[in-house]
Formats: sequence, C-alpha cells, structure tokens
Amino acid sequence: MAELSAPFPPGEYPVVVVGSGPGALQVSYSLSRLGVDHAVISADPSAGGMFRRWPFFQRLLSWTKPHAPAERGSREYERYDWNSLLGADPPSTAIQPGLMDGTSYFPSRPEMEANLVAFAERGHVAVRYGCRWTATRRVEGADGERFEIETTDGVYRSKVLVLAVGVAEPYTPPGPAKEHSIHYADVRPAETYADRRVLIIGKQNSGFELATGLLPWARQLVLVSPSKVKLSVDTKTLVGVRARYVQPYEDHVLGGGVNVLDASLDRIERAPDGRLTVSLRRTDGGADLALEFDDVISATGFVAPLLDLPELGVQTVGQSRLPVQTPFWESTTVPGIFFGGTIGQGAKGLQKHGVPANSGAVHGARYNARVLAARIAQTHFGVEPERPHLSAEAIPAFIGGELAGAPELFHQRGYLARVLTADPDGGMRDDGVQPLAHVLDQGGPDALAATLEGDGSGAIYPVIYSRIGGKVVEHAVEPDPLMRFDTVDSRRTILDLVGRVTR
Amino acid sequence: MPHICDDALMAETEELIDTIAGFALFADVPGPRLAAIVHLFEEAAFAEGEKVLRQGLAGSAFYIILDGEAAIVIDGDERARLGRGDFFGEVSVLLGETPIADVLAMRPLRCLVLPGQSFEPFLVDNPRVMYRMLQAQARRLRAANRWRS
Repeated sequence: MAELSAPFPPGEYPVVVVGSGPGALQVSYSLSRLGVDHAVISADPSAGGMFRRWPFFQRLLSWTKPHAPAERGSREYERYDWNSLLGADPPSTAIQPGLMDGTSYFPSRPEMEANLVAFAERGHVAVRYGCRWTATRRVEGADGERFEIETTDGVYRSKVLVLAVGVAEPYTPPGPAKEHSIHYADVRPAETYADRRVLIIGKQNSGFELATGLLPWARQLVLVSPSKVKLSVDTKTLVGVRARYVQPYEDHVLGGGVNVLDASLDRIERAPDGRLTVSLRRTDGGADLALEFDDVISATGFVAPLLDLPELGVQTVGQSRLPVQTPFWESTTVPGIFFGGTIGQGAKGLQKHGVPANSGAVHGARYNARVLAARIAQTHFGVEPERPHLSAEAIPAFIGGELAGAPELFHQRGYLARVLTADPDGGMRDDGVQPLAHVLDQGGPDALAATLEGDGSGAIYPVIYSRIGGKVVEHAVEPDPLMRFDTVDSRRTILDLVGRVTR
Repeated sequence: MPHICDDALMAETEELIDTIAGFALFADVPGPRLAAIVHLFEEAAFAEGEKVLRQGLAGSAFYIILDGEAAIVIDGDERARLGRGDFFGEVSVLLGETPIADVLAMRPLRCLVLPGQSFEPFLVDNPRVMYRMLQAQARRLRAANRWRS
C-alpha cells in the first residue's frame, strides 16, 4: 500500500501510465512537457525498471561516451550517449556520463539505475510507487468508453492507457527445460558454480552474458539452441551476440572447453544425486548427444507481462506476447491502449534488410516515447504540433543538418524520419519526427521523409523518401566512409527533390 | 535479457514446427531440422489493411503465411490472393531487386519472416526446401504461360 502522501491517488485521469523504467519515465516527462495531465503508477519501490536488478553481471551492453565528438548535453551528443533519457534542459539532459566512474564506457548497472533515478528527480517525474496494476476492464461512461485499471491501491479510470512495464517476465518454453532448469532471472552468485558442469539453453546475449560471467568458475560450459550463433560483428546490427560477450565463443572455436552446440532439447533426466542427463537432438545433421550436467540454466528470454490484456482483445504475436501495434505504438485491436519502452518493439516498422529498430533498448525507445507522447497529445487532447515553415532555399541545409546531427534518425534508422510536407503557399512545413511506416503508408500531400538506414553491410547512409502525386519513391545516398551524412551527394539529392515538391 | 530484448523475439518452437510441418514447402524436412528452420525465422503479425511488402522499396524479406490472407497489388490493382502455407517475397530477394508489388494483409495476418540476406544460406542449407520452392515456382510459371497463350 502506497503512503498517504504518494501522488496520484486512485481515480479518474486523462491518461494513466504504468511503469517506472526508462520507457515510462520518458513518456511521462514528454507528456508533461506537452501539458497533458496524467498519472504514473508502478509496482516497484523506485525508478529504474529492469535496471534495478539486471544485467545479472552488473554492466550494460549500451555505451555512453563521456568524451565524444559532440558537446555533452547537445542534441548531437545523444548519438554517443545511449543511456541518458531526454530532458529538455539541464540538469535533466545527458545525466549518465556525469555518473560514471571512468572504468568503462559501458555504465555499470548501479550507474544506470542512478541515472534513471536522477532523471525522475531532476525532470520532476512523479510516480506512485508500490502500486501494482492487477486487472483491466473496459467500461461505458456518459462520455464514451474508458479503461478501468485495477491496482493494489484502488481503481484508476482513463480513456488512454500507456503500458511501459517492460519485456520483463522470465520465460522458459514448455518442455523439459521448464521442469529441470532455472531461469536467467534466478541464477545464483557466480562463485556457487565453481567446478560445476553447466548447460545454458539459449545462444543470444543473455546466454553468452552468463557464460562470460561463469568462465572463471564453471568446470564445463555448454551453450545450446537449435540455430547457429549470430554475432553482432557479423550481422553488423544489434541482432546477435555483442562483442562484450564473445569470449565464450572464442573459447569454443579455440577448443578451450566451452562448447556451443546447434541442437534442440529432447529430454532431461534427474538422478537421485541431482545430476542431470540431457538428451540433445542435433539440428546440424550430427549424431544425437546425451550429456551430464550439474546445472541447467534457461537463457530463453523474457515476455511482456500483459496480465489480462489479451482477454480484453489486445492481439499479441508469438510466445514473446508482444502486442501487435500501429506505427504509433497503439494496440491494433484495442484503440486507446499504447505501449512505451521495450514493449514498443511490437511496432516493428519496415525492418528493411532485416535490420530491426532499436526499440528494445533505451537509445531507441526514448525517441519512440517522445513521438508517442506528441501523438497522444494531438489525437486525444488537441495539442497541435508546431509546423514551422521553411522556404525552398532553406530546406537542403535543414535536412542536411538533420541527417548529420539528429539522434532520432541515427538511433532509429529506417524507423523514425524527419518529415517535411509541401505548403500550398510555397516552401514546406516541418512536421517533425514521425514513424517512417506511417509516413509511407498513410498517403497525403507531397512530402519528403529523411532518415538514415543500414543494409547489414556495416554502411549507414541517408535515405530520402519522396511522396509526389501519391507515389512513394526511395532515394538512397551513397555511404560516406567516415559516416558523415550531410554530404555533397545528399545535398544534391535533397535539392533535386525539393525542386520537384515545391515547384 | 535486460538490455536488448532479442531473446523475447524467439518464436514459440513447438507450435510453429507443428504448423509448418503441414506446409508443402517443408514436406520433406525431418523434425529436428524443422526446429532449426523455425529458429531462423521471426514471427510477425499484421493488422487488416497493413502493408507487408512495399512496391519499389529496397531491402525486402521472404515471408511464409501462417494464418490469414494477403493480396498482391501492383499499381493499385489486386492480382492475386495468398493464404496459409503460401509464401512471397522470394523473387525480389533472389534477384536482388525491389518488389514489383505491394503485399497487403486482407485480414489479420501472421507470417514467418526471413531477412533477405539470410535467404541464400537458408536455401543452400535446405536443398529439399529449395526443391519444393522450385516446384512451386514452376507451377506459377505454368499458370502464367497458360494465361498468356
């Protein structure tokens, strides 16, 4: 039960935000900036979300560079700082680098947690902590339908519900692992695995993170899953095991004692003394195996804790239970329910060249949250965005500057875009940053959408989409080897397109 | 995984293996191999009216329909409907060209998706799937030739 002085007592609010991790904090901060009254409730005792506990080995995968080619606190600096949330003014901007001890450019978990707590304090994000969301209903009122959000503190009502509760519920697939393994979330301190034989189910980052941490302790480590391991340095995206955790893989290929197997789990048998015999069916054409272990750990991921939302009609996809979402992170089946933070991965975007957005990480989700808040403000509360006018002459420099410095375009490549719409009175209107899928599929007046994209080759390059007479055409600009995006080629492309849109 | 939740995107293996085992494309593939194949793909859902493939846009993928219905639309004209077990996107991926059609979800659509760059190794590693796909393409070619003559 929250204290009597806690903010947001149960009752009716224009918007209810659930969560207190980075996603919820950024949505709340951005809604406040737009003047949208809302309540924030969270089951946790303090800000931080999953970072209050994980990563298990206490250091992040996402970097913040204290010294970077852009001035700390500037918009351009956000390209190099993947962990700070987006404040409008100091002291709520670029908080993370000021909290790091200089031993690594990957913040430690406590440093990240401190960063989020500081953002909530400095950004004046109020949260009713210790208030757990337990059930959801849709009810008809005199002025239309609203959601009833049942919590441990009482019932909240709102027409708009934003869930930013993380992809945080440990998941172990049905089958033998369910009975005989423990989940990543329940792993014991590393030293308790000293001289033990450990099987890790899963060959993604969490599996390799555990293997990295257990390298100095375990007698034998085997990582297994049906498909081949992917490394981020090969995929040249955040898909795959990050460089930080590749050491067990090198140990495997150099024959050091770690084994990485392509196989599915057939069965696990537990002997009276606790030893586990694991039968593996090879998926690479090799002979089946029966191996003995002392511990089996499932690094099989997390799912979204959506409670009763599926029964309410929220469609989800796959076992990950990510809700199917519009490009603006709204449930496609229950309008009025939006998703912030990592659950926003359900709005997948174009995924050109198989490259996903970074919505599962703070440096992607923080921009989604800002766009989401603006969308809610506009569509539910009539807060119309400013649409500054740009003369035809000013547009190439403006778009060139955005390509060079806009962190939204850099971090959410091929997912968020800067949009300019033809002004009937001449020139164009700056329609801000929007989801690219929305811009391409909605139709409408002549427009340009500028973003950065990668094709999995390691190159990052500008792409300008034009919509002229309703027809969408893609214009990719030649990559620059130093990853400069405001190039002669890009200016030439923009100039040509502006001439066609504004003539 | 707390930072990038890629693990959460792992498809639910058993249910999907059972589903695709019934598809002609995978008729010759033994069970353990199907498990590996399913893990290569990501599951994706599309709302009614949502675009899955976009005509003229680079970087497309290969799709297999698990449930639902999709329409192939060229310059605004619907040319064909696809349903459970059908696949699309392979032509643009094989040729390294942009799709010549939009593909639209006509009702809620659930697909398995394989990024374009993974398509060649997938086919080379699974020659029985490649053979079945060749058969399907031969049927499409025969139908197109009949239509022309």
